[in-house]
Amino acid sequence: MSGLQLYLILGAAVFLLGLHGLLMTTDSIRRLIAVNLMGAGIFLIMVALAGRISPPDPVLHALVVTGLVVAISATAFALRLITAAARVDSGQSAVPDKASRLASKSESDVAEDSRP
Amino acid sequence: MSYVIDTVAWILMGAAVIFFTTGALGLLRFPDVYCRLHAVTKTDTLGLGLLVLGLALKSGSFSTALLLLIIWLLVLASGAVNCQLLARYTLDVEAGAAQSAIKRAQGDHHDT
Amino acid sequence: MTLELMPDIVLGALLLLMAWGALYAPTRYDAMALFVAFGVVVALIWARLGAPDLALAEAAIGAGLTGVLLMQAARQLPAEASVTGKRMPWFGSSLLFLVLTCAMFAAHILTDSSFKQAGIDASATRLLGGPTVPEMVTAALPNSGVSYPVTAVLLNFRAWDTLLELLVLLLALTGVRQLYPGTPQHPRANTASPPQAWPVLLSWARFLAPLLVLLGGFLLWRGASGPGGAFQAGALLASAAVMLRLTGLLPPLRWSSFLLRLAVILGALLFLGVALASLAFGDGWLVYPTQWAGALIILIELAATLSIAVTLSLLVIGESEDLSS
Repeated sequence: MSGLQLYLILGAAVFLLGLHGLLMTTDSIRRLIAVNLMGAGIFLIMVALAGRISPPDPVLHALVVTGLVVAISATAFALRLITAAARVDSGQSAVPDKASRLASKSESDVAEDSRP
Repeated sequence: MSYVIDTVAWILMGAAVIFFTTGALGLLRFPDVYCRLHAVTKTDTLGLGLLVLGLALKSGSFSTALLLLIIWLLVLASGAVNCQLLARYTLDVEAGAAQSAIKRAQGDHHDT
Repeated sequence: MTLELMPDIVLGALLLLMAWGALYAPTRYDAMALFVAFGVVVALIWARLGAPDLALAEAAIGAGLTGVLLMQAARQLPAEASVTGKRMPWFGSSLLFLVLTCAMFAAHILTDSSFKQAGIDASATRLLGGPTVPEMVTAALPNSGVSYPVTAVLLNFRAWDTLLELLVLLLALTGVRQLYPGTPQHPRANTASPPQAWPVLLSWARFLAPLLVLLGGFLLWRGASGPGGAFQAGALLASAAVMLRLTGLLPPLRWSSFLLRLAVILGALLFLGVALASLAFGDGWLVYPTQWAGALIILIELAATLSIAVTLSLLVIGESEDLSS
C-alpha cells in the first residue's frame, strides 16, 4: 500500500460519506456540509493524483485552488438561500424589507381585491 | 554533540505530546467551560512551547528557529485572547440566565 | 504497511472521523465546529501531499471563512427538528452499501498493478506519445513570466479558469445581493453580530489586522516564485476585514460607495481588458506577449487580490446594511 493508494481510497470514502449524508440528513445546513464533503473528496483524489509524479502536477493543483474559491462562493450563496427559505417557512417573506414596503404600499389594493 | 542535541529535542517533543494529551483529556473530562478552558490553554501553551523548542533544536538553523518562535508567540497571544473571549461570553450567558431565572421566580413578566 | 505511512494513516483516520462528525453530530453547532476541524485536517493533508498553495488556501478559506459563514447563517435559522438520520429507515442499509462500495474501490486500487508502484505509470498520462501535461508546463515555464508552475498555470496557461472563477465570485455576490434589495427598515433586526467592545479583543484585532495585511502582501509577491498568489492573499485580506467588521472596528461596507463596487469588479474587468487587448493586438485570447507576461500577471494578480478580498468579505459578512445601502 502506497501513499497514493491510501489517499485515493480516502478521497472516495469522503465523497461517499458526503453522498450518504446528503441523502440521509434533513437539516439544510448538514446537507450543505455534505455537499462540501463530496467536493473535498474529489479535491483529495485530484491532489493525490497530482502527487504521483515528482514534482507534483501543477495543473491539478491550480484546478483545486480554483475549485476551493468556487466552493466557498457557492457555499455562501447557498447559506443565504437557506436563511431566506427559513424566513419563508416562518411566515415572513424571503426579502423582508421589500415585502414590508410592498405591504404598506398596497394595503388598499389588497383590501379592494378581497372585497366580494 | 549532534547526538545529544537530537536526544534533547526528542525528549522535549515527547514531553509536548504528553502535555497535549493531558489538555485533551481535560477538555473531555472537566465539568464546565472554565475548567476546560483552563486545561486547554495552559497545556497548549506549554506543549506548543516544548514542541517549538524541540523542532528549533532539530532544525539547526537560526532563521527557522526565529520563525518557529514567532509562530509560538502568535499562538500564545491568540490562545489567551480566545480563552478570555469564551470565558466572558460564558459569564455573560450565565449572568443573563441567572437574571431571567430571578425574574421568573419573582413573577416579573415585563416585556423586554 | 510501513512506518512511513503512519502519519498518513493517522491523518486519514482523523479526516474520516471529522467527516462523520460533521454530518451526524448530535447538535448542529457540533456539526459545524467539526466541519471547521475537518477543514484544518484537510489543510494538513494538502501540506503532507506537497501542495502548500492548497494548504494556505484551505486554512484561510475552509477553516476560517467557512466557519464564520456557517455560524452566522445558523443563528438566523430555527433549531432543527429531528437531529440525525439515525432514525431513518434506510440508514443502515445505505451505510452498508457505502462501505461495500468503498471496499470494492479499495480492492481495485490495491490489486491493480498500475497502482502498485509509488505512482501510476507516467505513460498513462502521455498524449499519444507526446509529452505529458506536467512536462509541457515545465517546458513552457521560462516564457510564462513567473517561475512558479502553479501560478503560471493559474494566470497564464489556464487563465480562462481564473477569469471564469472571478466571474463566479461576482455571480455569487449578485445572488446574495438579490436577497437584500431596497433600503433596510429595521437595521437592528437582523444585525448578525453586535459590536462587542471588549478591550482585549479590540487591541488584539488592531494588532492582528496589519499583520494579516502584511502577510497577504507577502503571499501575493511570493506567488511569482513560490507557494502563494492572488487567492491566498485575497482570502487572508478578507479574513482581516471580517475580523475587523465583527469587532465593530470597521464601519459597514456600503454598496452605494463607488469605490467598493469598483473594487468588486476590478479583477474581472482588468482580466477581460487584458484578454481583449491580447486578442486585438497580440496572438490571441489571453495569450500574453512573452516580454510583457510577468508585468501583466502581477497587474492582474493585484487587481484579482483586491476583488477576491472585497467579494469574499461581502459574501461572509454582507448584511442588508452592507449590501443594500
